[in-house]
Amino acid sequence: MQSFRFGFDHLPAEAEQVRQDVRAFLQAEREAGLFVPHRCSWSTFDPAFSRRAAAAGFVGVTLPKAYGGQERSSLVRFVVTEEMLAAGAPCGAHWIADRQSAPQILRHGTEYAKNLIVPRICAGECYFGIGMSEPDSGSDLAAVRTRATRTEGGFVLNGSKIWTTNAHRADYLIALVRTGDAGPDRHGGLTQFIIDMSAPGIVVRPIYDLSGHHEFNEVFFTDHLVPDALMVGEEGQGWDLVTQELAFERSGPDRFMSDYRLLVELVDRIGQEPDRQQAVETGRLVAHMAALMNMSASVAALLGRNEMPNVEAALVKDVGTAFERDIPEVARRLMPVESSLDAQDDPFAETLADVMLRAPSFTLRGGTREILRSVTARGLGLR
Amino acid sequence: MLDIHTAPAASEEDDFAAILLEQTDRLLAHHVTPAALKAADEGAFPLAAWAAVSEAGLPLALVPEEAGGAGLSAVTAGQIIRRSAYHALPAPLAETLIAQALWTRAGGAAVDGIVTLATGTGLALSSTAQGAVLSGTLASVPWGAHASFILLIAHDGDGSAHLVLLPHADRPVRTRRNVANEPRDSLTLENVHVDADSLRPLPAALADADGLMMFGAFIRAQQMVGAMERSLDLALTYANERKQFGKPIGRFQAVQHMLAEAAGQCAAAGAAAQLAASAWGGAHFPFAVAVAKARCGEAAGKVAEICHQVHGAMGFTHEHPLHFFTRRLWAWRDEFGREAHWQERIGRAVCGQGGDALWPMLVALRPSGAQD
Ligand SMILES: Cc1cc2nc3c(=O)[nH]c(=O)nc-3n(C[C@H](O)[C@H](O)[C@H](O)COP(=O)(O)OP(=O)(O)OC[C@H]3O[C@@H](n4cnc5c(N)ncnc54)[C@H](O)[C@@H]3O)c2cc1C
Repeated sequence: MQSFRFGFDHLPAEAEQVRQDVRAFLQAEREAGLFVPHRCSWSTFDPAFSRRAAAAGFVGVTLPKAYGGQERSSLVRFVVTEEMLAAGAPCGAHWIADRQSAPQILRHGTEYAKNLIVPRICAGECYFGIGMSEPDSGSDLAAVRTRATRTEGGFVLNGSKIWTTNAHRADYLIALVRTGDAGPDRHGGLTQFIIDMSAPGIVVRPIYDLSGHHEFNEVFFTDHLVPDALMVGEEGQGWDLVTQELAFERSGPDRFMSDYRLLVELVDRIGQEPDRQQAVETGRLVAHMAALMNMSASVAALLGRNEMPNVEAALVKDVGTAFERDIPEVARRLMPVESSLDAQDDPFAETLADVMLRAPSFTLRGGTREILRSVTARGLGLR
Repeated sequence: MLDIHTAPAASEEDDFAAILLEQTDRLLAHHVTPAALKAADEGAFPLAAWAAVSEAGLPLALVPEEAGGAGLSAVTAGQIIRRSAYHALPAPLAETLIAQALWTRAGGAAVDGIVTLATGTGLALSSTAQGAVLSGTLASVPWGAHASFILLIAHDGDGSAHLVLLPHADRPVRTRRNVANEPRDSLTLENVHVDADSLRPLPAALADADGLMMFGAFIRAQQMVGAMERSLDLALTYANERKQFGKPIGRFQAVQHMLAEAAGQCAAAGAAAQLAASAWGGAHFPFAVAVAKARCGEAAGKVAEICHQVHGAMGFTHEHPLHFFTRRLWAWRDEFGREAHWQERIGRAVCGQGGDALWPMLVALRPSGAQD
């Protein structure tokens, strides 16, 4: 029998306590006018917010106290994340570092890297980008060509990365690069490195997305020197490591809550007396979301027990991003509002426009829907 | 032999549940053979299978120990129901299990035999010199004519609601069969005598507008998860065995992606059904059941569609067992409120309270230690 590990039991009382703390923090922030709920909250970049959230104990939640973390369970972190997203908090600056870079460095980085970087991540003042994709290596990640060659005390990098979100404002990337031969399964010869964006030999060029925002970039490496101490894991271990990193990247509530605020605005816009179609379609979205919240909590529990839930994470992201993409479609069916970039008197029309223009990326970034389905199929014993 | 009459301590329930489910699986696999399913399809009641599940105590899984049951949690009971549907047990174990639980929770005594639950209209209790009498019609009662007892809600002249456990009697019955050939009976009750032992004041948990329909929806949601899991298992096996163009069809990406999509639907349905089981007995149960029935019903249509597509013409035959599961999915998604019924419930509740109330509602739905 096929079986996935979605046997979620319940959130611990500790996590529910922290939920109250996060809510109090976010409410105080809002009341002080420090943020207005953002439509796509983890696509923001607000270092000041990240620092305040860290000071309140909401960054590096699972990381050891010795490195400045809170040393709490992955389910506590899960609750912190979902509360941030639900509130539309501008949590994008520390998002990647907190979600995947810090756990990756902690599991596989050198003591030097841990001491240098993790405490700053926990302080909300050190931000990361993901250096996986290249011009000729999108879904086919094993095809990366950026090359690191051995030199005295480290490696010299040459090549380029693309679609690197926040590369222009991140302190570091974790990059997957080629250090040797691919071997018969194509997964050999890859290594992960921490790239210091302030070091010489790096040029970042903006790429504007279809709505004109500058979030992702091209990154060029020319004889960029990486010290041994910034290697993650062993040389040649990169494929296994990147697979683990992706489990952290794919399963969280950010994979179905990117546009949660649109659902909230839709409910308000419909008002207290929905017609039948409005009630039915809104109810459908809510039922989907409730199921996803349970699935995603299950994966958080697995991650906390160090069981690598690669397939479950792929399933959450596949089902979750389909749901995210559905929200603007349902919203426009239920409300006869023309989406608009500058409808000063109608924030709903603007939210709808913003989400609609971002929606195509939901099923691409972090691994396309098709790639996720292939991961799932392998987990099902096909191929 | 499987025996759940000796109930475990709560802390041991997980281990106990795992063993119990494994034994339940074995028992069902033994009794619910393709031949038994075929016979049931032609109208025979599976006496041997029913005797075996009764012997094992499964109908009383959710009845408290004080009342002679196993006192298991609703989560475990939900799993038992899923397993029974995974095997397409063609008998109302789930109905009996839930009806016994509701009746004993209302203070009634557990009973022997098949118990089903009914929703109906105009069910009125009136008192006469001889005692209470019941009139009205019951529609689409699962195995209504087979059942030793039918659980229903009736109102008396004062408008107070009562839970009634109506014993079997020879009555005019109109049997309709759903697309899985399961009997859904309509019964007309005219001044049927109901004695005091068969009447209980309606417990608060049943006072919701949807009453027993909610519990029927709970049952069908759990069952759909089991039948989806089986359909998917059959499709996966078939995809690895059937060869075309010189390789198993499961090697074709189009087939793989269909099955991955079905797996996602199964997982989401399982998570939604799990929410309902965890919410059993709590304030959020009606909302959780609405979520479960709506989500499982939607998934069921998609999973059945995909599993048939993967099976090609073979899955369209009477010979192949796939239809025992997909026909049940098509029947069950409609019974006790189709998706739109429950989605509308949810949508009205959510819109009625406004956007800011949605998040706390969703969070409260998921089981947490804070409620312990
Ligand atoms: C907003 C955004 C932010 C991003 N941020 C980052 C980042 O920070 N760091 C980073 O490294 N990357 C980032 N990415 C890149 C992202 O990971 C890639 O877009 C993704 O992996 C797909 O690669 P591609 O765009 O080259 O598409 P391709 O791989 O060329 O795919 C194009 C289409 O072909 C399909 N396809 C490809 N291969 C197969 C196959 N084997 N079977 C079936 N279908 C297939 C794909 O599913 C897709 O539909 C970001 C992307 C977006 C949109």
